[in-house]
Amino acid sequence: MEPLNALVALTNFVIIPATAYGSQLALGALGVTLIYGILRFSNFAHGDTMALGTTAVILTTWGLQSAGINFGPLPTALLALPVGIAVCALLLLGTDRLVYRFYRAKKAVPVIFVIASLGVMFVYNGLTRFIIGPEDQRFADGERFLVSARGFREATGLDEALVIRTTQAITVVVAVIVVAILFWFLNRTRTGKSMRAYSDNEDLALLSGINPEKVVAYTWLIVAALATIAGTLYGLDKSFRPFTYFQLLLPIFAAAIVGGLGSPLGAIAGGFVIAFAEVTITYPLKAVLGYALPDGWEPDGLVQLLSTDYKFAVSFVILLIVLLFRPTGLFAGKSV
Amino acid sequence: MKKFLLASAATFAATAAFAQDDPVKLGVVLGFTGPLESLAPTMAAGAELAMSEVSESGALLDGTSVDSVEADSTCIDAAAATAATERLITGDGVVGIVGADCSGVTGAMLSNVAVPNGIVMISPSATSPGLTDAEDNGLFFRTAPSDARQGEIVTDILMENGVEEIALTYTNNDYGKGLADAIEANFKDAGGTVTIAAAHEDGKADYSAEVGALSAAGGEVLVVAGYVDQGGSGIVRAALDSGAFDTFYFPDGMVSQALVDNFGSEINGSYGANPGTDSPGAQIYQDMATEAGFDGTQPFSAEAYDAASLILLAMQAAGSSDPSVYKEYVMDVANAPGEEILPGELETGLQIIADGGDVDFVGASAVELIGPGESAGNYREITITDGELEVVGYR
Repeated sequence: MEPLNALVALTNFVIIPATAYGSQLALGALGVTLIYGILRFSNFAHGDTMALGTTAVILTTWGLQSAGINFGPLPTALLALPVGIAVCALLLLGTDRLVYRFYRAKKAVPVIFVIASLGVMFVYNGLTRFIIGPEDQRFADGERFLVSARGFREATGLDEALVIRTTQAITVVVAVIVVAILFWFLNRTRTGKSMRAYSDNEDLALLSGINPEKVVAYTWLIVAALATIAGTLYGLDKSFRPFTYFQLLLPIFAAAIVGGLGSPLGAIAGGFVIAFAEVTITYPLKAVLGYALPDGWEPDGLVQLLSTDYKFAVSFVILLIVLLFRPTGLFAGKSV
Repeated sequence: MKKFLLASAATFAATAAFAQDDPVKLGVVLGFTGPLESLAPTMAAGAELAMSEVSESGALLDGTSVDSVEADSTCIDAAAATAATERLITGDGVVGIVGADCSGVTGAMLSNVAVPNGIVMISPSATSPGLTDAEDNGLFFRTAPSDARQGEIVTDILMENGVEEIALTYTNNDYGKGLADAIEANFKDAGGTVTIAAAHEDGKADYSAEVGALSAAGGEVLVVAGYVDQGGSGIVRAALDSGAFDTFYFPDGMVSQALVDNFGSEINGSYGANPGTDSPGAQIYQDMATEAGFDGTQPFSAEAYDAASLILLAMQAAGSSDPSVYKEYVMDVANAPGEEILPGELETGLQIIADGGDVDFVGASAVELIGPGESAGNYREITITDGELEVVGYR
């Protein structure tokens, strides 16, 4: 029995990757949930908004790198984030002015907005490929590891290694900071309160003198920041390819709906539920049980619930279960 | 009048058929468009080099010349490949086909067109093990080895390195699945253990879940039956990052300069093998290709030269360009006994056969046909030393 090795293996292959992935999903889901809560539609263009914001960050990063500027051991992309957010914000505000405002003035039903966002998604899709191409882009630099496999093994003498990539640590730290700022903004500032009021009851908010266009503009600004940060963290930690960002739409929506659409707290919880479910259900427990159980009790099989091929099916199944039994989500958002 | 018309039509048909004896037409059906379009031109050039060599020698069947007719197999569209081949046989009257390149369309062309029409097909590059058992009436051969053969090579190399437990991951398509099945079967027969055989999808951003599964299953070496430009490299990256594996075995889809460009000395001590030969024929062929104005080192170009050569030598041995007759002679001219024939020596070979002698065509890829008529396969074994590919031997 080697409980320490079991713990390290589980941390290395389940807890750390799932925490980083969960943070990325949570940031993405927060954007979706804010749009749903305030603008009252499901924004299908969110994955591609992330891709476009990240594209701006990547291009700025390359510019900084060629100018010889870097961020020491941290990725240069963090320095480029403000530029990316600004570009993404301009794009979203422009899209709102061109597309969504028209339907808002007509008081169109939500399904029209959803379909309009689908059209926006295709336009963004093409725009990203036009600007940066459909291939993989690498833009991570700086120190790769906080704790490397060899370093950990040498320091502890354990068989299993624990690896923490710099990008994973950054992802979690940045996500915590962003969420803290967002909650402070929504709960403590005047603008944040007016956004929540508008979300709770549009007519009452209008009667009390809240300017709807201002609320909408602030929402897009926050969404631009969230989407760009989420996209950049995902690209740094994994890799940037426009198509994978489009595919992220499913787990992001699953996270938002599981948590309860319109509930920021729910979006975060949902992100972690989806991420941990995807990773733990497809992780074979053979090695961990081998260490944790007494000698002679080790399993022969893989003890794997689902093969990794079915990773994406997991978010679908959770989505279905939640919609069937608790349509408002874990944190009682709006039912869909 | 009706009789006269019929008679003249028959005469016309007869003369047309007679005219086809001279020259001999061979079809070259390759994926000039589609996923292998970058390889098809040098493959076609290889096949046509052999044809022009034979034509110029004037030694084939009392001085018959050879014409090539090209058609597009598309590599992936079985219907298009079948239609193109049909046209070659019924319209152009080809008596043999060099092709196709990809395993899927090759199988379709064979069963839908070549077998019903009784035409010989020699593929230079279809490697799927499934084609070994294809219903072919003795009409299908390939100068490329089956991936079943690669399964044996992988097992041999791993066993010689003292590896008894492997984890196996493969790209989720016909190539990856076929190769993985071959490796798994051979390795188990040799007494080894395959702890897990898991597919991975190409083009994903993140392979940590896949690597988590592979790592949990364990194994001394991770065999990555994928593509170096695709998920294969993603798997290796994630495995290195998480400390799950540090030694890898690389099959043919992974062995390339891109591999060491991606990982450098991080994969020191890993090894693998891809098709290749140190036979003198390879060098002779490359020189001939350079002179003819194309790059003979491109994959499967040499195999295409050999495929066309085998058809023509078999015709000479049979004394006929009728596929139902010369199909019996393909194996004879490809294998020992007989005088060894290298690239550029086709004239000598044709002459020896005409004089009643026996030839053993070695060609550019050291052809040796085994089983139902597929190349035994020559592999180049490599290791990664100090961040560079190093050739350690041939087998």
